[in-house]
Amino acid sequence: MARTKERSIDPAAQKMLKRANEEDIMTTWDRYEAMQPQCGFGELGICCRICNMGPCRIDPFGEGPQTGVCGASADTIVARNLARMIAAGAAAHSDHGRDVAHALLMAAQGKAKAYQIKDEEKLKVLAIEYGIKLEGRKKEEIAEELAEKVLSEFGQQHGELRMALRAPKKRVELWRKLGILPRGVDREIVEIMHRTHMGVGNDYRNILMHGLRTALSDGWGGSMIATELSDVLFGSPRPIRGTSNLGVLREDEVNVVVHGHEPTLSDVVVAASQDPELLELARKNGAKGINLAGICCTSNEILMRHGIPVAGNFLQQELALITGAVEVMMVDVQCLMPALADTAGCFHTKLITTSPKCKFPQVTHIQFEEDKAYQIAKEILKLAVENFPNRKKNKVQIPREEENLVAGFTAESVFNFLGGRFRATYRPLNDAIITGRLRGAAGVVGCNNPNICHDYGHIEMTKELIKNDVLVVATGCSAIASAKAGLLQPEAALKYAGKGLQEICETVGIPPVLHVGSCVDNSRILVTLTNVVNEGGLGEDISDLPAAGAAPEWMSEKAISIGFYFVASGVFTIFGTPQPVLGSKNVTRFMCEELEDIVGGKYAFEPDPIKAAHLMIDHINKKRQALKLKPVMYEEVAKKEGELVKA
Amino acid sequence: MKRIFIDIDKCLGCRSCELACAVEYSVSKDLLKAIQEDPLPKPRTDVQQDAKRGSFPLQCRHCEEPYCIDACISGAIGKDPETGLVVSNEEKCVGCWMCVMVCPWGVIRPAQVSIGDKKKKVALSCDLCRDRETPACVEACPTGCLYFQEVEEFKKTKA
Repeated sequence: MARTKERSIDPAAQKMLKRANEEDIMTTWDRYEAMQPQCGFGELGICCRICNMGPCRIDPFGEGPQTGVCGASADTIVARNLARMIAAGAAAHSDHGRDVAHALLMAAQGKAKAYQIKDEEKLKVLAIEYGIKLEGRKKEEIAEELAEKVLSEFGQQHGELRMALRAPKKRVELWRKLGILPRGVDREIVEIMHRTHMGVGNDYRNILMHGLRTALSDGWGGSMIATELSDVLFGSPRPIRGTSNLGVLREDEVNVVVHGHEPTLSDVVVAASQDPELLELARKNGAKGINLAGICCTSNEILMRHGIPVAGNFLQQELALITGAVEVMMVDVQCLMPALADTAGCFHTKLITTSPKCKFPQVTHIQFEEDKAYQIAKEILKLAVENFPNRKKNKVQIPREEENLVAGFTAESVFNFLGGRFRATYRPLNDAIITGRLRGAAGVVGCNNPNICHDYGHIEMTKELIKNDVLVVATGCSAIASAKAGLLQPEAALKYAGKGLQEICETVGIPPVLHVGSCVDNSRILVTLTNVVNEGGLGEDISDLPAAGAAPEWMSEKAISIGFYFVASGVFTIFGTPQPVLGSKNVTRFMCEELEDIVGGKYAFEPDPIKAAHLMIDHINKKRQALKLKPVMYEEVAKKEGELVKA
Repeated sequence: MKRIFIDIDKCLGCRSCELACAVEYSVSKDLLKAIQEDPLPKPRTDVQQDAKRGSFPLQCRHCEEPYCIDACISGAIGKDPETGLVVSNEEKCVGCWMCVMVCPWGVIRPAQVSIGDKKKKVALSCDLCRDRETPACVEACPTGCLYFQEVEEFKKTKA
C-alpha cells in the first residue's frame, strides 16, 4: 500500500496516487523509493567525473583518499561541481530569455503574425533604459531595436549587463568592487565551464565567486530579460482570478494540458483554443468545448496573463495524466519528466513535444516555429479534439479539488495597488514595515521534490511566515502549492495571517501570499526589493531590508542558480535539503557564513519548514533592529495572549 | 541463519556499502551529521580490488573455526552459540591487533571509537548490523552485488 499521505498533503494528489497504486502505474514517488539509499558521495558533492584520470571520490570519513588523482581536494571538487550546477541553471533560464527576445524580434519585423506588442508602455520604459530613441518611431521599430540590443547582451564580451544596473547604487558598486558584475549572459556560463575544466582553478572561493557572477547574469540578465520581454510581448500581468488543482480538468470537454516553461507557444494556444473551427469540431466529437490547463511555469505564465486554470505543480505532472481525462499534454522545455511518455501510454493521452531542444523518443513531435505559431497551435489542438472520442469514460477519475486564487502580481502592479489610485508608489509598503504593521517580506519559491512530502514544505513555511506578519511572495511551483491550499485568496488573510498583515490585506484587498509569476519571474522579486530600497527609509541596499528567501522543496539546478543570485544580491536564503556541498566543510562555511561579510547575503540549509521559517523571521528581526525600526506592532499582543493561554 | 553473500560480477566499486556501514555505526545514524562526528565512524566492510576479479566488497565471513578467536588474548572475541556469529566485545578489547594479524580475509580493522564518554582503540568487524533486519551495506548496494540470504537457501542455489 502506497503511503499516499506521507507522499503529498494535497488531497487531489493523494487520490491520484491511490489510483496509481491500484492500477500499478509507476510514479516519481515509487521511483524515488526504488532509488533508496541514494549515493552518499553524490549527496555530499565529493565525486568528480571531470576528467578521464577519474572518476575520483573523497572519503568523507577521512581514511581513504582525501584528494583526487590530480590532487583536487574535497573543497575543489565540491566547488567545481556546484559551479557547474549554477552554470546549468543559469543557462536554462537565460536560454528561455533568449527565445522570448527572439520571438519579440520576429514579431517586430512582422515575421511572426501571431504575436503583437501588447504592452507598449513597458516597451517604452525598456527602450529608454537601453538608450533607444522613441520620437517619431513606430512601436515595431522600437521593439526591433530593443530585441536586437537585448540579444546582443547574451554574446556581450565586456562592459556590464544593462539590467544589472537597476540594482541599488550601493549594490552595483559592491559588485564592481568584487569584480562580479556580469559582463554578458553567455560569457559567464562559458567561463564556468572553462574554470572548472581539469587543471584550471582550484581555489574554492575563487571558483564560487565566479559562480555568483554567473548567477547574477541569470537573475539580473537572462531571467529578467525573459520576464520583461514576455510582458512586452504577451502583456504585463494584472491581478486576475483563476482556479487551481486537478479539479480544473473537465469531464465533458477536451482537456489540453500545457507543461513546461516558455510562454511563446502556449500563449498562442490560448488564442487558438477559442477558434470557432476547432470549437465546432469539438462539438462534433461530442465535447462541450476545449479546456486548457497548465502544469509548472508555462501554467504560471498563461495563468497570470489569461486566467487559464492551473492543473498542478511539478509533482502533479504524472498525476494529471492519471485522471484519464487528458487528451493532449503539450510540453515545451524544463522540468518535464521522461516518465511522462510511459504514463501517457497507460491512457489515451497523446504527449506532444514542441521544442527542437526537447524531444522524447517515440513521442509525437510538432515543432514550434514563431512564424507559424497559430497554425501549429491549431494543429496540436486538433489532435486533442480528435483524440476526445478515444477517451474511455470508465477510466476517467477527476478529483473534485478546485481552489480559487488571485494571481498576476508584478513589481509594477502589486505595489501600485498598495499605493491606491492616487499614485503608484511603494510608500505604503515601506511605511507598513517601518511602523511594524508588517514584520517584513519573504520569498517562498522553487520546486517540488519527493524527498519531502509534496507541498508540505511550501505550505507549512508560508503559513508560519504570514502568521508572523511576514508578507510572502511566491513563484513557480511554490506559488501553485499556495494556490491549491487556498492561500492566494484575500480571505486567507483572516484565517492564517497575523493581525498586522491581516489589516493590510483587508485594506488593500490582496491575499497574504502574492503570486508573482513563474521561476524566471523571481527577477520580479529582485526589482521589487530594489524599488523598496529606492523608496527610502529601509536602508541603502537590498541586504539592509528585513527580507529573506527560501526554496523548501528545491530539486533543479535552476533553483541553485536562483539561490546564488539572491545571495549575491544580499538576501538571506534557505534551502530545504542541503545543496551537494556538505562534503567540504570549507565550502559549506563559505556559503553559510563567510559570504555574508562579502555580499551581505548567505545560505542556510534547513529541511524542517517551520524551523526554516523561524530562521527567516529571526533574520528579519535582526535587520529590523539594525535599521532601528519600531517593534513589530502586534508582537506584544501576541506574546501576552500566548502567556495568558499558558497561564 | 542468514549471511551476507557477494555476487562479485555485480560490484561497480561505488563504495556505497562502506558509506552506509560507517553511517550505521555512527552515533547520529545520519550521513550529513556522521561526517562531523569525532571520532569519525569507521566502516566494517570495504571494497577491495583484485587484478583478476576487479572490485568486490568484503566483510567478516563468520568462519566456522575462526583464527581470530584463538588469537584473542583478552577474550573479547567469541562465537555466539545461537547465531554462529563471530562477535567482538569492544569493552574487553585491549587493542593488541592479534586478530588483525591472523584474519585470512583481512576484514578486521583497528580503529578509534567512542565507548560512553571515552575514546578507545579497538578491533572492528562486521556483526551483520545486529539491530537491523537487513544489514545497511546490503540495503545500500545499488546493483544487488551484496545480498542477505539463508545459508541453506544459498547452498541450494549453488548446488
